[in-house]
Amino acid sequence: MRHTISVLVTNEFGVLSRISGLFSGRGFNIESLSVAETMDPHISRMTIVTSGDEKVLEQINKQLNKLVNVIKVYDFTGEEHIERELALIKVSANPENRAEILSVVDIFRAKVVDVSPRSYTVEITGDEEKIRAITELLRPFGIKEIVRTGRIAMARSPKQR
Amino acid sequence: MKKNGALIFLECLKKEGVDTIFGFPGGVVLPIYDALYDFDLNHILVRHEQGAVHMADGYARATGRPGVVLVTSGPGATNTVTGIATAYMDSIPVVVFTGQVPTELIGNDAFQEADIVGITRPCTKHNYLVKDIKDLPRIIKEAFYIATTGRPGPVLVDLPKDVLTAEVSEYKYPDKVHIESYQPTYAGHPGQIKKAVDFILKSKRPVIYAGGGVVLSNAAAELKALATKLNIPATTTLMGLGGFPGTHPLFMGMLGMHGTYTANMSVTNTDCLIAVGARFDDRVTGKIDEFAPYAGIVHIDIDPTSISKNVKVDIPIVGDVKNVLKELIRHLPKANALKAYAGGLSEWHAQIKKWNAAHKLSYRQVPGGKIKPQYVIERLYAATKGDAIITTEVGQNQMWAAQFFKYDKPRTFISSGGLGTMGFGFPAAIGAQIAMPGKTVIGIAGDGSLQMNIQELATAVQYKLPVKIAILNNMVLGMVRQWQEFFFNKRYSHTCISVAPDFVKLADAYGAVGLRATAPEEVDRVIKEALAVKDRPVLMDFKVDQFEPVLPMVPAGQPLNKMLLV
Repeated sequence: MRHTISVLVTNEFGVLSRISGLFSGRGFNIESLSVAETMDPHISRMTIVTSGDEKVLEQINKQLNKLVNVIKVYDFTGEEHIERELALIKVSANPENRAEILSVVDIFRAKVVDVSPRSYTVEITGDEEKIRAITELLRPFGIKEIVRTGRIAMARSPKQR
Repeated sequence: MKKNGALIFLECLKKEGVDTIFGFPGGVVLPIYDALYDFDLNHILVRHEQGAVHMADGYARATGRPGVVLVTSGPGATNTVTGIATAYMDSIPVVVFTGQVPTELIGNDAFQEADIVGITRPCTKHNYLVKDIKDLPRIIKEAFYIATTGRPGPVLVDLPKDVLTAEVSEYKYPDKVHIESYQPTYAGHPGQIKKAVDFILKSKRPVIYAGGGVVLSNAAAELKALATKLNIPATTTLMGLGGFPGTHPLFMGMLGMHGTYTANMSVTNTDCLIAVGARFDDRVTGKIDEFAPYAGIVHIDIDPTSISKNVKVDIPIVGDVKNVLKELIRHLPKANALKAYAGGLSEWHAQIKKWNAAHKLSYRQVPGGKIKPQYVIERLYAATKGDAIITTEVGQNQMWAAQFFKYDKPRTFISSGGLGTMGFGFPAAIGAQIAMPGKTVIGIAGDGSLQMNIQELATAVQYKLPVKIAILNNMVLGMVRQWQEFFFNKRYSHTCISVAPDFVKLADAYGAVGLRATAPEEVDRVIKEALAVKDRPVLMDFKVDQFEPVLPMVPAGQPLNKMLLV
């Protein structure tokens, strides 16, 4: 099963390598990874998408916590949370299909961020499902290149009763 | 007066209470060696950096205090890797200081540059590159703190040359350490402890399975108290030897691949396995699905990752073994209830007695025949009455030392259990001897392993260390040969090492004492002569039976109760 894990780490050089080394050394998967500073510049947040059974996830959680640089590990699985990825998709465009591409972009509330005589570059944010859906719809036009970020996630605030 | 990083480094070690460092000089650590020239700190000059780490490791295992290593950059640093990995696998507090090329050259493929922080990331508990002299005292403090607290382990600190030559007019060595992201759990959860007590008291066939954590946590007294109060039989892992008295009537010997019949059968049949500071290593469990199949498992360990890693545990207790055992004992019921429980185990003890009688550890020494390696170990035990620190190499020598010597006290059996490092035992013996000058230290060695760090003979001679090395010389790589005999159709591929030095002459060449026994009748004389030497190392060359296997043996991948027996 897939899990999205948020790891707060001290913002030092070498920490990313410790985390990725832990995953590779123990045979855990990393499906995606994104890292950036938090509001506190001494702390970074890594969002890791990984998969494994309950036992593997328990080990991932414990092994991460064991690293001296890891402050907190949070597994979003089973929690209400929002997940987002961003993708840039360069799609072939010609005078005949430009309008059609733009309507797809519109439907997905994506944005065209670069235009050339033969292509559009589309920026899309959303969960994995949404990005897959737009990719499938744009594919018939000819996708030249896709660049995707790793997934980021945030817990939903508790709703008022 | 301004002080440079090199002097600050030495002063910080002193403030940390370090009395001895094991090292080897080189280009970038010259500033430290220059400061050391007239600094009051005992430095042991080794002959190879791997030896330095094993010595520091042996020092740490014998005393419980961290061992300290100082080496230069590049090859000096990379030579420490096996030693560091050895300490890491057995959770030994060692702090390794490596020189590094000046910060502005890092990444330039400079002379004797190696990314040792990168290389050792997976085999240290933590490591540091010091980039600014201002951080040096804090990092040294943290390194010792991390190495010695929680589940101990090696920490490496990389010291660029310019940090060592930079000067500051004042610095402060911190008294305390606070690392937000590193907070080991020492106290066991009270609810879990109560649950464990209730569970144990319901059991009919309990077994204590104790590991190296008992030794590391200095919890031997508490473990013995728990076992004797409840009348529970105990087995230990290789690393746990000495954590429970080897001559105690409740002791069943070591378990696992070369464990005793009794220990392995009891674990297979127990209904309550109390794992204390042990990690269910594959050499202990055999086939994992058939390990302790009838048991509910209580597992006490300071490292949460050890729990339910290999075997699903029913009652985990994360905490320091000593603390948790104390609490467990405190929660035991009053004398009458204890008596009732202990008395209820008579059937179990009768069964254990039967297993014991059925298959004891044994071998046959024929007078006038070839020396049996087990006989040498037993005679060493008799000659020292067990009052010695034993270190081992890896392989058959290690297993016989574990089976046929009795360890009543913790920190008297020193062996590379996790990594299984050949070449460990001799330098570890040197480290232990330096830590314990008055003690008899005996390294039990194979002729193969010993040659992996034989150069440290010079170190032992230089410091007049009366380390005794007992070579069980069978002229083969015995354990591998044994596997070839049992599992590879006796195809003895590259395990014959009969081309070897004459160890007596070799000892002589180094200025040590060399002794030899070729018949069982000579064994006691050689041991006696060796023990009388007080000012230099002794190599005892015991020419032993080449074909003697280590038994019992659980073939790899088999369950514990499927042993090959004598």
